[in-house]
Amino acid sequence: MSTNQALAERLPRFLVPKVSGIKLVAILIALMLIGLLIVPVAIVIFVAFQDPATGALTLQNFVDFFRTSLFRESFWNSFYVSSVSVIMATVIAMPLAYITTRFNFRGSIIIQSLGFIPLIMPPFVGAVAMQLIFGRNGSVNLLLRDNFGVSIPFMEGLNGVILVQSIHYFPFILINLSASLRNIDRSMEEAAQNLGSSGMRLFRRIVFPLAMPGYIAGAALVFIKVFDDLGTPLLLNVNNMLAPQAFLRISSIGISDPMGYVISCILVVFSIFSLWASFLFMHGKDYATVQKGGGGMSKRDLLFSEKALAYAAVGFILLLVLSPHIGLLLLSFGTIWSYAPLPDAYTFANYVTMWDGSKDYITNTLLYAGLAATADVIIGTMIAYIVLRTNIFGRNALDYLATAALAVPGVVLGIGYLRMFHGVNIPFSNEPMASWWVIIALALMIRRLPYALRACTAALQQVSSALEEAAESLGANKFRTIKRVVIPLMSAGILAGFVTSFATAAVELSATIMLVSSNSDAPLAYGIYLFMQTPSGRGAGAALGIVAVILVAIGMIMSQLIIERDKKLRSTGDTQ
Amino acid sequence: MTTEKQGIEIDNLHLSFGDTEVLSGVNLSIKPGEFFAFLGPSGSGKSTLLRAIAGFGPRPSGSIEIGGKDVLDLQPWKRNVGMVFQSYALWPHMSVRDNVGFGLQERRENKAVIRSKVDAALELVGLAHLAERMPNQLSGGQQQRIALARTVVVEPKILLLDEPLSNLDASLRVEMRRELLALQRKLGLTTIFVTHDQEEANTTSDRMAVLDGGVIQQIGSPQELYDTPANLFVADFLGTANILKGDVTKTAEGFIFTTQTGDILAIGSAETGSGSIVLRPQNISIEAKNGPRTISGTIKHREFLGSQMRYLIDAAGIEMVVDESHRAGAKWFDAGSRVNLAVNTDAAVVIAG
Repeated sequence: MSTNQALAERLPRFLVPKVSGIKLVAILIALMLIGLLIVPVAIVIFVAFQDPATGALTLQNFVDFFRTSLFRESFWNSFYVSSVSVIMATVIAMPLAYITTRFNFRGSIIIQSLGFIPLIMPPFVGAVAMQLIFGRNGSVNLLLRDNFGVSIPFMEGLNGVILVQSIHYFPFILINLSASLRNIDRSMEEAAQNLGSSGMRLFRRIVFPLAMPGYIAGAALVFIKVFDDLGTPLLLNVNNMLAPQAFLRISSIGISDPMGYVISCILVVFSIFSLWASFLFMHGKDYATVQKGGGGMSKRDLLFSEKALAYAAVGFILLLVLSPHIGLLLLSFGTIWSYAPLPDAYTFANYVTMWDGSKDYITNTLLYAGLAATADVIIGTMIAYIVLRTNIFGRNALDYLATAALAVPGVVLGIGYLRMFHGVNIPFSNEPMASWWVIIALALMIRRLPYALRACTAALQQVSSALEEAAESLGANKFRTIKRVVIPLMSAGILAGFVTSFATAAVELSATIMLVSSNSDAPLAYGIYLFMQTPSGRGAGAALGIVAVILVAIGMIMSQLIIERDKKLRSTGDTQ
Repeated sequence: MTTEKQGIEIDNLHLSFGDTEVLSGVNLSIKPGEFFAFLGPSGSGKSTLLRAIAGFGPRPSGSIEIGGKDVLDLQPWKRNVGMVFQSYALWPHMSVRDNVGFGLQERRENKAVIRSKVDAALELVGLAHLAERMPNQLSGGQQQRIALARTVVVEPKILLLDEPLSNLDASLRVEMRRELLALQRKLGLTTIFVTHDQEEANTTSDRMAVLDGGVIQQIGSPQELYDTPANLFVADFLGTANILKGDVTKTAEGFIFTTQTGDILAIGSAETGSGSIVLRPQNISIEAKNGPRTISGTIKHREFLGSQMRYLIDAAGIEMVVDESHRAGAKWFDAGSRVNLAVNTDAAVVIAG
């Protein structure tokens, strides 16, 4: 140490800049985010503008893309599916949000928890089950044909993707719209009534415009998620959309085919554009208007006929929302289920087959998601501390950089990693880096970092800096203060962040499907995808799907319990 | 902007939130063109009563008549009752002009009429130059005026003001209450003003109703209520009051009040029997000498309030508050001094029970 210092003092200052420990951490995190997020995406965009033969910059790839009718069709299909999914999700979410916030209605609790049910299952898992219920020869159409002689093409081609996606993603609109509606002070509505407005006119002119920011936030999220999603169209065998095309070009033609990159480029541009558009729209429109003595819209009691109607609507939507889960459960316990409204008989055989065939998938998932979520909360805590508690130059950029992962589609990150690590070997071995399982864990870590970061930031925001100052004034240095005061107080939030990151990483498919090189390295989501490829494997696939649903559900419930318990603890600690 | 003056008749009004009765048996008659205040502590039911007149909240039983017509079965949007909300409730997604024009649009007025009426209303509150602003670009006082313009522009039958000044700072509050009164006089609108601040009620209203526990305690002009409170609640709620328990008896010299400590005060006529006497601090004077019908006491503490010196005096078994008006060079009594208190008998009010 002393010789180092002596040496450092003798050298010119610019060669040995004085960097504090926390600054060093910030720099390392920034480098890691640039290396694992920005560089892969930049490579993808760069390659899209490169001539595959000469390496010269060109727009030819984009010209080729729009000259190919399949790609033009895929582009419009993706756009169409995303737009219609937003509309369908709105149709489902809007009445639910309005009923829960506007009326005294027992069913509100059902709706609020129902809102989260779809999110505990990745959409592609339910896709096959949906086919068995709503498909051409599914339960619903069989019954319709036998009784009424008609069938409805719920699942034909793009319809299927729209149905699965809107059922899966409507909670984003429900949650955001309900929150917005609850934040409208009742006097806003009463003032309009007082001036002669009522009914639909009141909703159109006052209530909905005030809830618009929440609606737009939810709708933009649904649009991006559907636009980027790979698993659902793949499992429904709808390949004429952008994300499946990118996957198929890279996986079948090869890593040097420029079309996969062009598509990735378009996906990224659309993601950023939708986020930017929703940001622009919401800029300066924080309409949260609840004042003291206010408390959301005035709730009124329903008349008997209205109540019956509301319960019928909620029941219908509940059935629709739960249909993938019900279908999956039936499929996992069924023997043979085809051309019949219900399976022929029930058995545990699928679970046995699943267990024999997928021990690797489950252990891999626990390993990858565990590593990714651990890294996420460590990095998330560090970033939260740097952003909230230090004045390091550019600290907010660190936050934006980590959050930017939300705007990068999984397919794009997967392609970026394949390209970046292409031809590079694992250190000290001759194995290619691109097929190393660690890459999968890294991709999961980057993809789920925003979730962990939000949880850690929220946790740190609740720790008053006076508590830290008290420790410091009693003689604890910065590091000891963080260790003994800050981290213990943040622990519940950190744990909740870990669980959320873990549970969602465990069922991630779009990035992993690009990066899995051998079945022995594959995680659970990929296993489900493989099982579902053959009709005989569907039962076992469904059983694995049930495992995934239970895994995610336990995760979500645990993180909720942790947060609730912590809140209770805090509130008792506050009342002195 | 002129409206026909309308009176309000409220008869035996009861209102409950679930099992809790919030208003019980309210009877009230407000004259056309009157500036009327509802005064009471929080939870007294004053805002609930105002909202019931506008048609908000649970449906009460009894009747509310505006201009001779029962409005209880009319929805809020059919009542044509103007209400200014405590939070102003300006819609943040509309400009000032659109906010003020909203009610006229709902009444399907044509565009030219709306424009000229909105301009006139903004002129009335002196904010014509802010028509194109958004609400979040306005100060609290400006928002208050816009909310007022938005309400009066539709020419409502009556004007309801729900604690309209509570979100303003103290100096603006005094200015605004004068403006409110001037505007009310100009428009001649029957107006109800809800407040928990007795000074606001005293300075603006022609008459007022003091509410507590969902019951109207007393109705009258501010001076009547202050000088002759009907019960102990009103006496205590309106200003500072010294309240002594005792008995009223009739003697040859007139009525006397004997406190529980045996002190005797001469009073005007009152019902004989047990009761309480209400003495305002300024109606008691401190005498250095012992005299007939005075109460002796010891000064515990004094506070200089500027125009007055306030003494807290141990007398007649309570801590009595006595105000002496202050002039430059006036002498004061020190803590511990023995003094005698004389009571202005005309000003003493005895409340039976």
